[in-house]
Amino acid sequence: MKSINWPTILVIAVLALFPAVVPSDYYRHIFIIALMWVVIGSAWNLLAGYTGQVSFGHAIFFGTGAYTAGLCVTKLEISAWWGMLLGGPVALVVGLLIGWICFRLRGPYFALATIAVGEIFRLIATVWRDFTEGMEGILIIQTFRSKIPYYYLALFLAALCITVIYLVTRSKWGFYFVAIREDQDAAESMGISAFRYKSLSLMISSFFTGLAGAFYMNYMGFIDPQVVFSLHYISIMAILVGIIGGVGTIWGPPVGAFIMVLLQETFRSSFFGLLPKWISEAHILVFGLLVIFVIRYMANGIIGDWSKIQRLWSKDRELLSASGRN
Amino acid sequence: MAFFETQRLTKAFGGLIAVSDLSFKVEKGEIFGLIGPNGSGKTTVFNLINGYYPITSGSILFEGAKLNGLPTWKICKLGIGRTFQIVKPLRRMTVLENVIASAFNHTSHMAEAREKALEVMKFCELDRKGDYPAKGLTIGDRKRLEIARALATGPKLLLLDETMAGLTPQEQLQGVELIRKIRDTGITIVIVEHIMHVIMNICDRILCINYGQEIAKGTPVEVANNKAVIEAYLGKE
Repeated sequence: MKSINWPTILVIAVLALFPAVVPSDYYRHIFIIALMWVVIGSAWNLLAGYTGQVSFGHAIFFGTGAYTAGLCVTKLEISAWWGMLLGGPVALVVGLLIGWICFRLRGPYFALATIAVGEIFRLIATVWRDFTEGMEGILIIQTFRSKIPYYYLALFLAALCITVIYLVTRSKWGFYFVAIREDQDAAESMGISAFRYKSLSLMISSFFTGLAGAFYMNYMGFIDPQVVFSLHYISIMAILVGIIGGVGTIWGPPVGAFIMVLLQETFRSSFFGLLPKWISEAHILVFGLLVIFVIRYMANGIIGDWSKIQRLWSKDRELLSASGRN
Repeated sequence: MAFFETQRLTKAFGGLIAVSDLSFKVEKGEIFGLIGPNGSGKTTVFNLINGYYPITSGSILFEGAKLNGLPTWKICKLGIGRTFQIVKPLRRMTVLENVIASAFNHTSHMAEAREKALEVMKFCELDRKGDYPAKGLTIGDRKRLEIARALATGPKLLLLDETMAGLTPQEQLQGVELIRKIRDTGITIVIVEHIMHVIMNICDRILCINYGQEIAKGTPVEVANNKAVIEAYLGKE
């Protein structure tokens, strides 16, 4: 792939112009959340897709970042924006410690360990009321009433995250990550310290996820443990974003993020109020069906199987034009 | 000081003694054969040398330094490369990417690693298959890829674990050529092999083990005529 290509420039241009073209705060909000998920999904993908260490616990880092920003206000009495500087590094340190424990385990056992650690973090944040305010959560006053500053900040974070991950995957580290994913024993015998490079991958991944968490605190103005440390809304969502878009690809998670957020919003709003309310309850069911469909027919996700999709498309058109002639 | 040596190397899996009291020396620049019937402990010896299994007792010395307890990747950095009997291609990488990943062992620069990888692939006659995904290779090419990957790490000592098994006679001849070519570049080789005409042809010295113990040591002719070796392979009259 060339380092500069037209589709990328087109995507950036469309996203940069979006708030100017679309005046609705509602749609701007959806895009801000989608861009935040681009960051989380891409970060998860570096660890799971490239390095092969499937995490079911990315809420740990998201929540840590969000609480770092929140605690800046409640404990340090400084602006939550400091969280944008501190959230990433704090999440990175947490990631390093968790990796130190969990990377003794391989494959599904690592994944199970991350679920357990994630739940531990959620429970601590819930129970330790003196520190985290428990279930009451942390409420701050947002800096901007307009969505536009948040939109461009989210866009910047997404672009930064994708760029860093793109550069990493094309460096020595990237080769080492994929080698570990493909065969850890072979990688070790090639001079690769699996533990060291898995930790590096986790550190980059947790840094960006923590950054997204700090952004969430600043943007939403409210967090509580059930949201930011949620297994379902954060950890599983990160996996879905990765799987739908395509693991182990640069553009998979960004595409997955937009699909998942738009889909979630479509259901949450009961198809923008057009269908009865109970439809909003069905979104988890639809997520499940979507995952089954993707795994069955496009195991590499939308981007990973893009050539396959294109082939089907052209075949369909051929069939159509053939039947048109008859 | 020997280039490489094991001293009273022993490995026990619970009550099973897989390698017992094994001492041997490998001189710089030679091709050293390790033979023995199935299950005699040859691959276990390799797994001990490159740190995949912890040593029960005894020690391994490489250029005078003790390897005991070092992790596999550090042993590779010191200059011991190995291939696996059951090949481990990095399946979803291309052949070139496989070798580049190895070539990063002594450099962090992509251009250098790539150059080294291309050089090694040419040496192993894999240069025309660089863009093939590793999972699509034939068994012969997979074995070559194993060797290329081990060479790209820049080893002084190369452990080859049955790189000829499953190859056609023609491929075996090419394999023998390749191993000689590697030795001619100054790399010392320890080879485990079942195919007798291969091992008898290329080895300078051979160690034969059975039940993890030494039963014969010497030149190929000496070992081939040794009574204990013949009994281990063919049984007693």
